[in-house]
Amino acid sequence: MKVRIKFTKEGTAKFVGHLDTMRYFQKALRRAGLPVAFSGGYSPHMIMSFAAPLGVGTTSLGEYFDLELTETVPTAVIEEQLNSTMAEGIRVVSVCAVEDGKASKAMALVAAADYLVEFRDGKEPEAPWKDKISEFYGLPSISVIKKTKRSEKEVDIRPFIYEMELQDGKVFLKLASASANYTKPELVMDTFQNWLGCEPKPFCYQVQRLEVYADTGSEEKHIFVPLEALGEKVE
Amino acid sequence: MRKLALDDEILLQVDKAARYIGGEVNSVMKDKNSVDIRFAMCFPDVYEIGMSNLGMMILYNMFNEREDVWCERLFSPWTDLDQIMREKKVPLFALESQDPVKEFDFLGITLGYEMCYTNVLQVLDLSGIPLLAAERGEEDPLVIGGGACAYNPEPLASFFDMFYIGEGETSYDALFDAYKSNKAAGGTREEFLLLASQIPGIYVPAFYDVTYGEDGTIVSFRPNREGVPEKVSKQVIIDMEKEYRAIEKPVVPFIKATQDRITLEIQRGCIRGCRFCQAGMIYRPTRERDVETLKASAKRMLQNTGHEEISLSSLSSSDYTQLKELVTFLIDEFHDKAVNISLPSLRIDAFALDVMSKVQDVKKSSLTFAPEAGSQRLRDVINKGLTEEDILKGAGEAFRGGWNRVKLYFMLGLPTETEEDMKGIAHLAERIAEEYYEIPKDQRNGKVQINVSTSFFVPKPFTPFQWAGMYSENDFVEKAKIVKNEIRAQLNQRSIKYSWHEPDVTILEGFLARGDRRCAEVILKAYKKGALYDAWSESFHYSIWKEAFAETGIDLDFYTLRERSTDEILPWDFIDAGVTKEFLIREWKQAHAENVTPNCRQRCSGCGVKQYGGGVCYESKN
Repeated sequence: MKVRIKFTKEGTAKFVGHLDTMRYFQKALRRAGLPVAFSGGYSPHMIMSFAAPLGVGTTSLGEYFDLELTETVPTAVIEEQLNSTMAEGIRVVSVCAVEDGKASKAMALVAAADYLVEFRDGKEPEAPWKDKISEFYGLPSISVIKKTKRSEKEVDIRPFIYEMELQDGKVFLKLASASANYTKPELVMDTFQNWLGCEPKPFCYQVQRLEVYADTGSEEKHIFVPLEALGEKVE
Repeated sequence: MRKLALDDEILLQVDKAARYIGGEVNSVMKDKNSVDIRFAMCFPDVYEIGMSNLGMMILYNMFNEREDVWCERLFSPWTDLDQIMREKKVPLFALESQDPVKEFDFLGITLGYEMCYTNVLQVLDLSGIPLLAAERGEEDPLVIGGGACAYNPEPLASFFDMFYIGEGETSYDALFDAYKSNKAAGGTREEFLLLASQIPGIYVPAFYDVTYGEDGTIVSFRPNREGVPEKVSKQVIIDMEKEYRAIEKPVVPFIKATQDRITLEIQRGCIRGCRFCQAGMIYRPTRERDVETLKASAKRMLQNTGHEEISLSSLSSSDYTQLKELVTFLIDEFHDKAVNISLPSLRIDAFALDVMSKVQDVKKSSLTFAPEAGSQRLRDVINKGLTEEDILKGAGEAFRGGWNRVKLYFMLGLPTETEEDMKGIAHLAERIAEEYYEIPKDQRNGKVQINVSTSFFVPKPFTPFQWAGMYSENDFVEKAKIVKNEIRAQLNQRSIKYSWHEPDVTILEGFLARGDRRCAEVILKAYKKGALYDAWSESFHYSIWKEAFAETGIDLDFYTLRERSTDEILPWDFIDAGVTKEFLIREWKQAHAENVTPNCRQRCSGCGVKQYGGGVCYESKN
């Protein structure tokens, strides 16, 4: 049985890095006593796939990983057993069964993600910014210089911004998050601040990821569905 | 949700922020207003090292079982955070509540190795606690030290209010009760310390005076007030069923600890009596835990942590009489559940090889032998029972079983060592290589790789070698060169790799291990000049320490090079560690006579620990 597990990472847990979060769940799955499938060999590992790595310092309401079990377990039971052994700030919020097969690996499915970005106290841009968001979002192209080890190149990130708007004093972003086409909330916000004529202050954002989506539509017409919607509950 | 002591901006700047957040699975949260005693338990090294320490975890678990105590953990902030905390004046805090250490009743510090001493000062300093115990007031936490280095607490005496000598299971309850009753009666800090000094195993340095003679040695060491005992007795538990406080739910770190696994303590003490080994002397008598209890405990701990590995902890696993049963159980029960079983300190024999082939990939693992000395003569001097025949036999069997990697550990600078003994290291490595190449080519697994590693011997208190002189830095380097050249002269030299430890840190360890109260000045000076994390080669700067010696006028050689006479009063003589001085002197003489002393199961050597009334001393009489 292959299951997709959605969890949240809030509060102090945001300082647990991606690799440590994976290790955390490997141990949590054992504590929960679930029939997890292992690879063979002398150092067997759990067959699991995390959807999208989350940076240290970012909180999330919608993290995902796929996991292989050796037998069918009701999805509600998996959720309950995992939640009986979670650390502060980490909660399982949904479990669903997904189709087997390589194509359904969580990471390969990721197409977009929602973020909510908040300026930390005293770290807001000096210039008025709230009513400038729609103007920035309306730009036909937004070019940034991407530096790699070898070269610098200009990239237009505008196509990767699917939505951008003010929500209760915070900035809501829907961004492309596929392995080929993607941008990061911090980059969008830095670019926005530069466009305003402001120098972003260090550590000025508190970012929260809200949801991760697959795209069931096409290049021309995206249909974003949360990863959990691609599975179903099993009794 | 808890509020962290460090703000986000700091945590996002430092490496591995999860070191400082607490909140791990099985960490203990209590309401600080509903407890009488808040205890901050510190391992003065970085989180990943400290969280791998079994002793600290046992006490954390044990203290928190008391409803009136909340024990929390803290570790040395890594150098990046250390700097930020100093700049921004952020006080050091405990992980669970994130409250400043200064608000606690006790600060307990585990002293696992000498090279952590400057980190002890860092912890006090960042906590805002005066470094010198004499300067502390009623509001400061009581600072108590424990662990292996507490067997010679003297170099740290000025920094601690108390030391706990021996196993923590016995006297902490009495200490906490005394603290509560003293507080209820409105007693002062000093009044509490006086009560504490009368509890078995508790040493309050301020209540003892030391005088020195013209030659620098101790003339007298006496209590300076009524009611304080002349000798402090090490604490041991005897009933490993009733007195042992098994950990049910070890804390599971978010980040990978050095020991990212369950540690199952199978016994305490060691029957072997190697003359250089402090643990083998101070943890006597050998006491085994019940195999059925261990099985149940292993199961529960794996269940409660979700760890992927279990490791057996003891000084010499092979001497645990129920080892076969325990290991067979662990393999049968857990191997299918992808739980790795790790068996350190195992003598290589047929049983060990059989087990190892089941639990690890032969191709990737290596065999470890610790002959410690290169010649049989010197192995007799140090009472290391391992013979060349044992090693060659074990290695040969392993080679035929598919292994082709061997690690060999030796010490240089042991008492009575000659050039022949040093060269013997190379010869032993060569014979192991030859043993390998005697196997027909089609039956062996490529080339053999032999890693020879030497450290320099450090004489430790309460060992038969506590009187021995150490060598100078140059002598140590010369010794390593002799080994290196001799290895290069061997036929199979290309199969032998040689590495050696730096001598400078060894010399300092030797100084701290056998130092007296006057040494505190050097530690303090070195710390003030920036010494920190001396146990880490990347942050150890011998030059700082050299300056500290020069500026304080303390003579390093007096503490390291000098061979002591057996009638000298040693700084740690006020501790009754179980093994008697008569026994240690006898062993020191036997060493020079190159005589081997049988292990505790072969014959009792009258070391003195029979006084405790249990363990291996009474095994055959049951």
